[in-house]
Amino acid sequence: MSARAETIALHEGPLRLLWRTIPGRIGLVLVLFFVAMAVTAPVLSPFDPLANDWMAVLQPPSRAHPLGTDELGRDVLSRLLWGAQSPLVAAFGSVAVALAVGVPLGMLAGYAGGAVDAVISRLTDTLLAIPGIMLAIALALFLGGSLFNATLAISVAAIPAFIRLSRARTLQVMAEPYVEAARSVGVRTVRLLFVHVFPNLVPPIIVQATLAMAVAVIAEASLSFLGLGRPPPAPSWGSMLTVGKDYIANAPWLSIWPGLCIFLVTVGFSLLGDGLRQSLDRR
Amino acid sequence: MGVLGKIGSILATLFLLSVVVFSLQLLLPGDPATVLAGEDRSPETIAAIRERFGLDQPLPVQYVRWLGNAVQGDLGISMRFNQPVVALVLSKLPVTFQLATMALVIAILLGVTAGVFAAVYRGTAVDQTLTIVSVAGFSIPNFWLGILMIMVVSVQWGLLPPSGYVSPLVDPWQSFRAMIMPAFVLGSGLAAILMRHTRSAMIEALGTDYVRTALAKGIPRRRIILRHALRNALVPVITLGALEFGQLLGGSILTEYVFSVPGIGKLLVDSVYNRDYPVVQAVVLCSGAIYIALNLLADLAHAALDPRVRGGAA
Repeated sequence: MSARAETIALHEGPLRLLWRTIPGRIGLVLVLFFVAMAVTAPVLSPFDPLANDWMAVLQPPSRAHPLGTDELGRDVLSRLLWGAQSPLVAAFGSVAVALAVGVPLGMLAGYAGGAVDAVISRLTDTLLAIPGIMLAIALALFLGGSLFNATLAISVAAIPAFIRLSRARTLQVMAEPYVEAARSVGVRTVRLLFVHVFPNLVPPIIVQATLAMAVAVIAEASLSFLGLGRPPPAPSWGSMLTVGKDYIANAPWLSIWPGLCIFLVTVGFSLLGDGLRQSLDRR
Repeated sequence: MGVLGKIGSILATLFLLSVVVFSLQLLLPGDPATVLAGEDRSPETIAAIRERFGLDQPLPVQYVRWLGNAVQGDLGISMRFNQPVVALVLSKLPVTFQLATMALVIAILLGVTAGVFAAVYRGTAVDQTLTIVSVAGFSIPNFWLGILMIMVVSVQWGLLPPSGYVSPLVDPWQSFRAMIMPAFVLGSGLAAILMRHTRSAMIEALGTDYVRTALAKGIPRRRIILRHALRNALVPVITLGALEFGQLLGGSILTEYVFSVPGIGKLLVDSVYNRDYPVVQAVVLCSGAIYIALNLLADLAHAALDPRVRGGAA
């Protein structure tokens, strides 16, 4: 399917396109479920996620605590609900930054060519040479552990993929006759890039963005797992797993629920990407 | 791209990699000498670090000095182990290499087999189930899968050791038993990716004229799938697998940590916990250089296999 046809397909509305495929539907439902969970945590949470209860340490699931309690007697369900905020903030935040930096750089490399392209492409190769999660860990360590820094670190690791995609797509679109026509009637470079080229970059970029969000959720959980995310005692799924790891034998519920949530959000974003790609391919 | 162009591009990437790794220390909040001194913050130590890294010099001078040392294999001293970081990283590399190789073999075996089945039974329940499993394999965090496997395989069933490492040179069987679970965890994500690629490559191969001709000649289906279609479908899949080997180094970080495998991944995590910055820089630099070298090897292998690439046509 051509770049133009995909762009036209997207005009139908991304939600309608997503709903057409089964992976898209499941992905949308999963992601919306966890977004709702993060937003409504203050209302739905049965306990204060930070409140220690020394009389209820490491309790298995019960009526009072449906998902049990942790090593400080904190309610796991409440921490799980509040913990949905970090991965989602990291996913949306890091992809927004990666888009804002990666897409213009990729378009510039594709349009300008020559030395500009060479410099941007070598920088992209360099960042791609370092495994994404390793780069994120190193950056988060040197910047200092916080959700903001973790999001920034994840975004740096996500940028190269957007540069490559935008560059390749820009090269493809620049060869189209309508771009040639626009150029020949004297359309200025900035206008050419943003009005004629950019709209045709949107469909593959949206697919890449949803897949990057899936990776970002795992990256945020990994950084929190290593103590490089939101600092304790704030709840995050990754740091809940760090505690769970020490109680594998006698309190498995501490590991099961946060891991399951990370898994389901990641599945949600992956299926969202798959669904969108399938809908765009099918047309 | 010609040979000279390729070498130039690799050198440029290595140069930029060194700039990125060097720049990491610029991100440190506050005075880097104080942070690098760790717990020993005596004025003498801080002055020695400032002198050693030339922190009172302009940045380009600092970089050239750092690069000069790096080229000679000196990336500093580990603050925790008090030994040269390069020696430390090199001593851990064989363990990670063993883990990543086992993970790659598992990923290829599982991914390619599942991909062939999904393609042969395209559109059936087998295909759909395998596709769902591949989405799960791609989405499951390594460290959670590791924790779950320890919970079930080691704690519940008592089949395999939950952690630890035995060198294959000391006891190959125990080494295999200790590494098989972490290797499976590390390889699962890659298996999912390989499955998807094998599936689409096989579907394409099964629709080609030579497969149709072979079918018309009455050659058994199993033989066509294995000897004709799979052989062609495997080339891009194996290339992808080789390239992903570098990414396995990234995946090994948390896997090694969960299973206490003493490779560079666990070294990185321990260094993160101990704020051992020079080790983290060395691990990042080393991983990047390995990835660049693997890329070059993949290119060379591709050129050796495919004459079209050699002339610069592709």
